[in-house]
Amino acid sequence: MGVSVLSKSMPVQENQPWVSGTPADIISTVEFNHTGELLATGDKGGRVVIFQREPESKNAPHSQGEYDVYSTFQSHEPEFDYLKSLEIEEKINKIKWLPQQNAAHSLLSTNDKTIKLWKITERDKRPEGYNLKDEEGKLKDLSTVTSLQVPVLKPMDLMVEVSPRRIFANGHTYHINSISVNSDCETYMSADDLRINLWHLAITDRSFNIVDIKPANMEDLTEVITASEFHPHHCNLFVYSSSKGSLRLCDMRAAALCDKHSKLFEEPEDPSNRSFFSEIISSVSDVKFSHSGRYMLTRDYLTVKVWDLNMEARPIETYQVHDYLRSKLCSLYESDCIFDKFECAWNGSDSVIMTGAYNNFFRMFDRNTKRDVTLEASRESSKPRAVLKPRRVCLGGKRRRDDISVDSLDFTKKILHTAWHPAENIIAIAATNNLYIFQDKVNADAH
Amino acid sequence: MMLSKGLKRKREEEEEEEVVEKETLTVDTWWLDSGPPTAQAPPVVASNSLFDLSVLKLHHSLRQSEPDLRHLVLVVNTLRRIQASMAPSAALPSVSSPPPAPMETDNLLASSDAALSASMAGLLEDLSHIEGLSQAPQPLPDEGPPGRPIGGAPAGLGALDLLGPATGCLLDDGLEGLFEDIDTSMYDSELWAPAAAEGHKPDSENGLGKEEAPVLDEAELDYLMDVLGEGRELPEWTR
Repeated sequence: MGVSVLSKSMPVQENQPWVSGTPADIISTVEFNHTGELLATGDKGGRVVIFQREPESKNAPHSQGEYDVYSTFQSHEPEFDYLKSLEIEEKINKIKWLPQQNAAHSLLSTNDKTIKLWKITERDKRPEGYNLKDEEGKLKDLSTVTSLQVPVLKPMDLMVEVSPRRIFANGHTYHINSISVNSDCETYMSADDLRINLWHLAITDRSFNIVDIKPANMEDLTEVITASEFHPHHCNLFVYSSSKGSLRLCDMRAAALCDKHSKLFEEPEDPSNRSFFSEIISSVSDVKFSHSGRYMLTRDYLTVKVWDLNMEARPIETYQVHDYLRSKLCSLYESDCIFDKFECAWNGSDSVIMTGAYNNFFRMFDRNTKRDVTLEASRESSKPRAVLKPRRVCLGGKRRRDDISVDSLDFTKKILHTAWHPAENIIAIAATNNLYIFQDKVNADAH
Repeated sequence: MMLSKGLKRKREEEEEEEVVEKETLTVDTWWLDSGPPTAQAPPVVASNSLFDLSVLKLHHSLRQSEPDLRHLVLVVNTLRRIQASMAPSAALPSVSSPPPAPMETDNLLASSDAALSASMAGLLEDLSHIEGLSQAPQPLPDEGPPGRPIGGAPAGLGALDLLGPATGCLLDDGLEGLFEDIDTSMYDSELWAPAAAEGHKPDSENGLGKEEAPVLDEAELDYLMDVLGEGRELPEWTR
């Protein structure tokens, strides 16, 4: 497939225009809305930037709609927990869009402790011709008012207004790692390291705890929750992953407290690959249901796996993301890179899966043809409209001209957050503090 | 200066410390791979290095004001694996080595096992204090709706109505306003037990006998507030 750069945008830095690359600008989450018209990013500084796809121009039918900044707002501020004398980071961990039910758009954003519901509305008209006020809002001298007029709505420059509608606070003791909106469009769940809570979107002063894996004695703690998601169609089902590499599918109809799973998905450890780091590299960093709802996609340190909900014993497909790192686990452990949490994504038709890697590389795997490709998101190789060149990492031996050796990989450039347009072959890649948006030029729609 | 269980550290200081620690860690890196994945050293020595590294990571993780639980658990579990492999009966499946002298091994295991277990147990025990003031069980029983309904505040803080449930958009501003002029350095949060809600004025001698760092119960606090409100001269122990 030919992947070209659709548009390349950087987060708007309103307060620090002279500095690029400050730690606060590091993108921490990326999410398309349900139609793909809007793309939201959250960053370490607590800001949310929303991009909107411009309608395709009839004058230039070959140029697809590009994404431009639609709105920027400060979602979370740094806080201080006075009781525990702890700072609460403002970094946005996750953003999830709510299904659109009227002209307004809504999204949930969360940091480590607090989830917020934001409403995004547009205003493109304003009333003019008041009888008692002038255009600046000042009261008129009544003696000058000689006749009545009906105020009319006149077009104005589009103004996007964002307002916080709900704040869901004090529900989590540990750090929130996931939020997921239920298909019932009324509830959502939030998961931290040890607990999962169920909230109603309209109720902020209480939530229901549906999973609790905190042991009675913290000395017995050996496993934490790493990600969770509601099933896309069955409002009673959700899955959560653990640091030991297991997935638990839970049914809320079975019990009020879903500590007991309905299904446990776990692959036995491969004895030939056993090492001190086996558990760390098996820790699942992301889990995503397929759009069909029949499969789950998981990402651990070295692989992405596709699981069939009907088979718990092992995944149906395993793809090696960067197996050349298997011999480097010691140094990756020392540098803490082994703890990096990569996300994964399905395309709209569930035929291709994508995940990030190091050196600003990201990988795509076609489940049907079993072909895979490595691409790079960087300024040098991504001029607008340019076609991305597949990259290759070589271990040694025969090396082609543009190959990069394992030892030359830059482990500080990691692509942790990626998103795929729900219907088209458009992807959003977050590379530290840069956002790249790519499109498949050959096949515009998901195949 | 607030009394605190955790440490408040600025992000810049943390990053500097991480840089320093990483520089320190890279000194002893002879076992880092630079070639094909073959065993390059006797596993006992490699285990020791990994063990030391893991202990270092564990301590570094716990020195954070709020440890990353996933990182912590994974490091602890890795430590346990390494420790298990250092036992003479256990060996890595792919490598065999002559067992060390039994006496030395026993001493090594005894000291490292006991020390490690004690340190890990103690450190993990401390994590239980992250959640709240006490290990109070969930105060609310199951009600009609499914799941365990929990209030806006975590369970251990039930006595502190100051926090209260989240009521809407402006809660954050309200919270900060509540705590603006309270010097929390006088209070150890562990003393806020639900049973001390009676609030009676104690005998003035009760509070005077304590010569340690300021530790007040609610009754003494009430007395102190009364004294301040009336403008009386404060007793000596408050100076």
